[in-house]
Amino acid sequence: MHLYPSGDVEIVVARSEMGQGVRTGLSAVVADEMEADWSRVRVVQAPGDPAFGNQDTDGSRSVRNHFQRLREAGTTARRMLEQAAADEWGVPVSECVAREHEVHHGATGQTLAYGDLAEAAGRLPVPEDIDLKSPDEFRYIGRPMAGVDNLDITTGRAGFGIDTRLTGMVYAVVARPPVVGGRVRSYESSSALNVPGVLRVVEIPAAPSPPGFTCLGGVAVVAENTWAAMQGRKALEIDWEYGPNGSHDSASYRVALERAVGVPGRVARSEGDFDAARARAARVHSSEYFVPYLAHAPMEPPACVVSLQEDSCEIWAPVQSPQRAREMAAEIVGLPVEKVTCHVTFLGGAFGRKSKPDFVVEAAYVAREVKAPVQLTWSREDDVRHDFYHAISVQRIEAALDDSGLVTGWLHRTAFPSISATFQAGVVQPTDGELELGCVTVPFDVPNLRCEACEAPSHTRIGWIRSVSNIHHSFAIGCFVDELAALAGRDPKEYLLELIGPPRVIDLWEEESNAYGADKSVYPYDTQRLRRVIEVAAGEAGWGRGLPQGHGLGIAAHYSFVTYVAHVAEVSVADGALRVHRVDCAVDCGLAVNPDRVRAQMEGATVFGLSLALHGEITMRDGRVEQGNFNDYPILRIREVPEIRVHIVESDEPPTGVGEPGVPPVAPAVANAVYAATGDRVRDLPIRLG
Amino acid sequence: MPKQTFSVNGERRSVDVPDEMPVLWVVRDVLGLTGTKFGCGAELCGACTVLVEGEAIRTCVAPISSVSGKDVVTIEGLSPDGSHPLQQAWRDLNVPQCGYCQAGQIMNAAALLARSPSPTDAQIDQAQQDNLCRCGTYPRIRAAIRLAAEVERTAARAKGGP
Ligand code: FES
Ligand code: FES
Repeated sequence: MHLYPSGDVEIVVARSEMGQGVRTGLSAVVADEMEADWSRVRVVQAPGDPAFGNQDTDGSRSVRNHFQRLREAGTTARRMLEQAAADEWGVPVSECVAREHEVHHGATGQTLAYGDLAEAAGRLPVPEDIDLKSPDEFRYIGRPMAGVDNLDITTGRAGFGIDTRLTGMVYAVVARPPVVGGRVRSYESSSALNVPGVLRVVEIPAAPSPPGFTCLGGVAVVAENTWAAMQGRKALEIDWEYGPNGSHDSASYRVALERAVGVPGRVARSEGDFDAARARAARVHSSEYFVPYLAHAPMEPPACVVSLQEDSCEIWAPVQSPQRAREMAAEIVGLPVEKVTCHVTFLGGAFGRKSKPDFVVEAAYVAREVKAPVQLTWSREDDVRHDFYHAISVQRIEAALDDSGLVTGWLHRTAFPSISATFQAGVVQPTDGELELGCVTVPFDVPNLRCEACEAPSHTRIGWIRSVSNIHHSFAIGCFVDELAALAGRDPKEYLLELIGPPRVIDLWEEESNAYGADKSVYPYDTQRLRRVIEVAAGEAGWGRGLPQGHGLGIAAHYSFVTYVAHVAEVSVADGALRVHRVDCAVDCGLAVNPDRVRAQMEGATVFGLSLALHGEITMRDGRVEQGNFNDYPILRIREVPEIRVHIVESDEPPTGVGEPGVPPVAPAVANAVYAATGDRVRDLPIRLG
Repeated sequence: MPKQTFSVNGERRSVDVPDEMPVLWVVRDVLGLTGTKFGCGAELCGACTVLVEGEAIRTCVAPISSVSGKDVVTIEGLSPDGSHPLQQAWRDLNVPQCGYCQAGQIMNAAALLARSPSPTDAQIDQAQQDNLCRCGTYPRIRAAIRLAAEVERTAARAKGGP
């Protein structure tokens, strides 16, 4: 942070803003401890630079990882300002108190403004003994803070990746191999070059196998504006070689996954003896669940600018991982990484997509050939057809039940192509890390339990999308529990609580940190907190209340990213049409640093969850994605949005992230509500009735 | 190439571009007004919405020739300082998440309020149904449109209007 003699404070935020409110939330923490006047604070976005530590904005961990450190930073500044004032007045620092951008001396009533102390404070040694505020002294933390960028956003001034404009800039789009692993065999560019405004055609080398973060290769068309580039691309004639994934078909792949979960997989967790429990069971119940490939579809498609000079390079990009973008671009343009600057623009939505800088790599290739700054833009079709997809999956869960319908044994087999397969050859089943996202972390108190990872080789680029494997694991587990409750003739919420069992800490990790890289002594996986969000969501939703004919309530809860969330959905089905009327969402994220943004993230995650529950499906045929735009890959529209009520559980536990954890319980809550309304089970996403 | 002449945010502009070039790319790439966004290019998302003679249009499909001689207002020109009741309501209710769709949402809502100053919830949903928001700010968009309408009505009453 910087404090200027004018009294203005600049806080540098080294995390990317994609709507989660990180620029507001993190700055407010510093400003609060610093006793800075919020109206004097300006937020500055850090470029990609290892000096800022790890800048990857993912895993719902910005607040979790930085809360304490930023408090310390703010307090350190406050202490130095108090010391500078004490020196000025010749009084002990213990008599000086910083308050709202000034330091006060109680005995004499003197005050000094922060700006007047800036220089003196800056010369002081950094103190080691600092006292953080007590929570009742917080000014901004725990209060609803307006987004610092609201004015720029509502006036169109906020600069996204697609908005950078440089003098002499040219515009590029790329024709990519329609199949991952494909390449250009040959191409003819003369008609493209005849399109008015088209300047150049540049071939981009094909990706290695597996492709990793780099670009897919293809042919770029460079023009005076984006539209001309798009027209030029239409005129390209390209002969593609499709490669080994040219016959990938998601429908037949689903059948292969169904076969895979029919046989034992790699055991990722085992407690007791499932097979013995099964042999003794009064009844065995099993079901299979399917979730298709999903695309991120952020409203801003991938887009960036690369400007290459003789011995330096500047990038403006909406990236979740600016350091990776910088390093990869440096390699392409042949400059040492220190000569490359990656400015982080606003991200027009990201959801994990913009952790992958393939589009920056493309722009770097083009910039190398064209002596001008290059803006490279993906069309929506490019985005939908060349994503890093959420994995297609089939899961099979089998329960051994006793006479009363309680679970004595639990077997969960999960099959989906792994994210790791995008980066590493030979990965043909989900990894342990992916199973820790909701599968082996199942919170149930069951004596005999086994989780298995089943075979699923990858045929496309798999990536992480908001809450990652928790999406499909939560769907399967949340729906299956509801089935078991119905078999036992029990209330689903009561049955769920009974299955979770008495409050306890679940510890599956030998290391100090858990699946989300969180210190498990600070962030234990506490079933008491999961139980509480279930109780809160159910209570607030009026669980058990009388409903109109054709309506039903469904519940589901999930722990992810060390945050606990439960959803209750009310739906109706009439004439085959499903409508979601109301969703209650309870979240326990520890201390809610910016409660309004926590609410907004839960609202947004609920909408995101409804999009995938009701609409989301990417299919592939001959290795090509069959969808291309919002007509065939729909996302939720305003008319479909239910009343969403968010309930934040009061907590003084350390704060945890909220970007992702609101997604996983939505689809199973809706699916269970459909069952309550109709008696029909939903085991496939997206939900299709009849 | 024929010159296309029209007004953008009250200023007369002439550009030398093909007739069929979409207004979106003229505004963004030729005039450098980047507040209007590209989201789908196919009239499916509303990110590119501007006002033409007060009507909300999707600039990604509207050829520049269709606005010849007309008045175009983009988000940059909705108010000089972000003080339009919709912009204010958007801030009061903290509507934006990533913010990318919001220019289109606001411009679309501006056209709605111009033709029905007191929209019902159903009218709001109807008007905004083709404006997509992947971040899911829809509940707040609804609330902000209601708030802006309310504020405008109160202001009109204070001025002795209807
Ligand atoms: S970009 Fe015009 S409607 Fe989507
Ligand atoms: S605020 Fe991000 S798309 Fe609407």
